[in-house]
Amino acid sequence: MRFMVMVRATASTEAGELPSEALLRAMTQFNEELVKAGVMLAGEGLQPSSKGARIRFSGAKRTVIDGPFTETKELIAGFWLWQVKSLDEAIEWVKRCPNPMDGESEIEIRQVYETDDFGEEFTPELREREQRIAEQIAANARR
Amino acid sequence: MSSGATQRAIDAVWRIESARLIAGLAGLVRDVGVAEDLAQDALVAALEQWPESGVPDKPGAWLMAVGKRRAIDWLRHRNMRDGKHAELSYELEARQEAGALDIEAAADDPVGDDLLRLIFTACHPVLSTDARVALTLRLLGGLTTEEIARSFLVPVSTVAQRIVRAKRTLSEAKVRYEVPRGVALHARLSSVLEVIYLIFNEGYSASAGEDWIRPALCEEALRLARILAELTPAEAEVHGLVALLEIQASRLRARTGPAGEPILLQDQNRARWDYVLIGRGLGALARAEKLGGEPGPYGLQAAIAACHARARTMEETDWLRIVALYDALAEITSSPVVELNRAVAVAMAFGPAAGLELVDALRDAPQLQNYHLVPSVRGDLLARLGRGAEARIEFERAAALTENARERALLLARAAAT
Repeated sequence: MRFMVMVRATASTEAGELPSEALLRAMTQFNEELVKAGVMLAGEGLQPSSKGARIRFSGAKRTVIDGPFTETKELIAGFWLWQVKSLDEAIEWVKRCPNPMDGESEIEIRQVYETDDFGEEFTPELREREQRIAEQIAANARR
Repeated sequence: MSSGATQRAIDAVWRIESARLIAGLAGLVRDVGVAEDLAQDALVAALEQWPESGVPDKPGAWLMAVGKRRAIDWLRHRNMRDGKHAELSYELEARQEAGALDIEAAADDPVGDDLLRLIFTACHPVLSTDARVALTLRLLGGLTTEEIARSFLVPVSTVAQRIVRAKRTLSEAKVRYEVPRGVALHARLSSVLEVIYLIFNEGYSASAGEDWIRPALCEEALRLARILAELTPAEAEVHGLVALLEIQASRLRARTGPAGEPILLQDQNRARWDYVLIGRGLGALARAEKLGGEPGPYGLQAAIAACHARARTMEETDWLRIVALYDALAEITSSPVVELNRAVAVAMAFGPAAGLELVDALRDAPQLQNYHLVPSVRGDLLARLGRGAEARIEFERAAALTENARERALLLARAAAT
């Protein structure tokens, strides 16, 4: 399973303030742990929204809005993409993350859609799948 | 925290910590079976105490502390049983010294070295391949016996027996609990890589419509390969394997159609390839190549996969480079399957007639007699040469040889269309 893990922005990240050396060291260490555990797929820091833009879609209309954006709470300052076995494992890893900011902060975890997720509605298909697997196991046991 | 949430948190902690825990304890007691039992004891203690006290800040350290206490008890009992009345602390010191002699320059990563020892032991060549796979998934993957059984479509009792026998074999053979050094390292490493690749292929061969756990095997194999690459960063073939797995995994979503039918590389929708994984695979390949030396089989296969990954379409693929890579691979593996793949690449680079010549030279190879891909490839080349009637016969022959119902349907459809 894959999860996107997002660090929420704060006034200080929006101001483009760089993290302290101590925090950088702690974060580097944490990232190394993720890599050593085979969990890390990708991770990046994001520049302040003043360097970004938004595009609003309304019917055929496209409106470009330049940053910065005022609702800091709705912005993210960085993200990771992790491969773990469950949401609980992702939560456990996030708990081990050093404080991403001085003061309060928040990290959000969202699961990535996999192709299989799009086709799980048909109960008869699932039943048939279970049946096939049971048959295969039985056949293997006889070999 | 509710008890349900605590249980799930404990499961997650176990998933993250169990391999290192077992590895660290095995370093003390020098027996993986005993180490696993001690680790399970620590887990039981966590299950009993954490719902009350909460999950500790450093759960790994908590489990290791409990495990170590049990390990010391075990060693003390074992010493008394064996009539050894030497000071236990002397015993432990001697063991730690012996352990230190095994560790050359890894004083800054004792945890990593413990994990490596566990990996090499679980994949020891004295064990059968099935046993190595089961033990690796159990001790390093933290999979339950049930999960392993489902992954390989065998009964739970079969897996349970395999694991019990594997542990017994290791202790009866008095396998030294250590990381092999020098020349021995390479030989033993290929045993480890083989196990990881086997696990990956078991998952890869499952179609998207099957039980979720089998594609999850690919993820597990990838995770193990990545962990190994960090533990042995100077080993080019390990990075080669990582590269190969990342790139193959990148195609998982494009390999099967909506009805679960297999889609060949040439027909895959490349927009469905996972470019995060491709990026990682190319990065791992670069690491392998930077280490220099003669490329090994995994490095070469990864380089071939990378050629496909870099191409936007089948036509844009660097077939000449692929042929050269297969030439190199054929030299070191002498496998008729590799020769067959090489023939396909030659056909793409130099035309179907050249490829057909090579396939015809392979037809008598004993290993290929019942291999459905030979007539399938031959059929494809004949079709491209305009020899439709012969092509149809080959596709029908291939359909008769394959065990996979969906693949058979695909081949019969090709026969009908020719």
